[in-house]
Amino acid sequence: MSQEWIWVVMTVAALVTYGWRFLGVALSGRISPSGAVLDWVGGVAYALLAGLVARMLLFPAGALGEAPLSARLAGLAIGLAAFLLSRRNLILGVTCGVVGVIAVRIAA
Amino acid sequence: MRGGAWDATGTPALVIAASFLGFGSMAKAADLSMGMALFSTATGWALPGQVVMLELYAIGASLLVISLAVALTNMRLLPMTLSLMPYLRTPGTPRWRYYAIAHLIAVTSWFHAMRKCPDLPPDERLPYLAGHGILLWTVTMAATGIGYALAGAVPPAVSLGLVAVNPIYFALLLANEYANPLRRNAVLIGAVLGPIFFLLDPDWSLLLTGVVGGSIAFLVGRARSGR
Repeated sequence: MSQEWIWVVMTVAALVTYGWRFLGVALSGRISPSGAVLDWVGGVAYALLAGLVARMLLFPAGALGEAPLSARLAGLAIGLAAFLLSRRNLILGVTCGVVGVIAVRIAA
Repeated sequence: MRGGAWDATGTPALVIAASFLGFGSMAKAADLSMGMALFSTATGWALPGQVVMLELYAIGASLLVISLAVALTNMRLLPMTLSLMPYLRTPGTPRWRYYAIAHLIAVTSWFHAMRKCPDLPPDERLPYLAGHGILLWTVTMAATGIGYALAGAVPPAVSLGLVAVNPIYFALLLANEYANPLRRNAVLIGAVLGPIFFLLDPDWSLLLTGVVGGSIAFLVGRARSGR
């Protein structure tokens, strides 16, 4: 593959990505801050994010796929447990979850 | 602006740095130059889409396939921007400013802005997002470069840990929204629907998950409040 090709790919990927942000700004003028439409859009955003996270963990792209499903799910469970038990300490939750993934990967 | 930057230091900066260290080393493995890796982070600035792009590029997928996959992976940015913008708009702000700062909307900055902005005076909200986003953007650039330089030099267990940071961090950010019934329901329904739709149709699953899951959560909320 040529060097030029990756620049084309990255530029198009960046434009496509910014396109969503652009569209969000362009369409937002019609949404009232207290209306039902905003509630619905918020619901869509959180549901989509949750779907994305579930996909990243269950059907990972990239190097995370090298850890078995059991390691990924154990990491999530350990991270969530540490997060909730520590009165929502994010950094502790993330650290415990990541260590959990690595530990189960090594043990498996 | 300082408030946003201040809120981005500490945990968000650390976690985002770890995630982009992972991207830097992934870019090295895909035979990109460091300049290319930095370009992707600077202009894309949405990790899941960058990962999908690299994966598909590495297997020689066509430009059409790559752009569609990136578009569908990053679709979340539309409802995210749409739901945040009404808080950011103030009379008299030049429109280009919204379009410029919109580039700084990514999961971490959005979560913070969604929590903080409604309580801030209207004229401080856009600067809050700008401060938060610019600090994180700077951190991701540094982390991408460092991750690229260190690629191959860290043990496999560490590189696995780096790529595990992002999904676990996102999951905890979502879990943190349980006090808001609409958001909690949307997250729970989305987490269940996401994998089911993925098995039915990987390409369109995120769009379906967002629209179907978000609509169900919205309707449940309306029914509960008796409106």
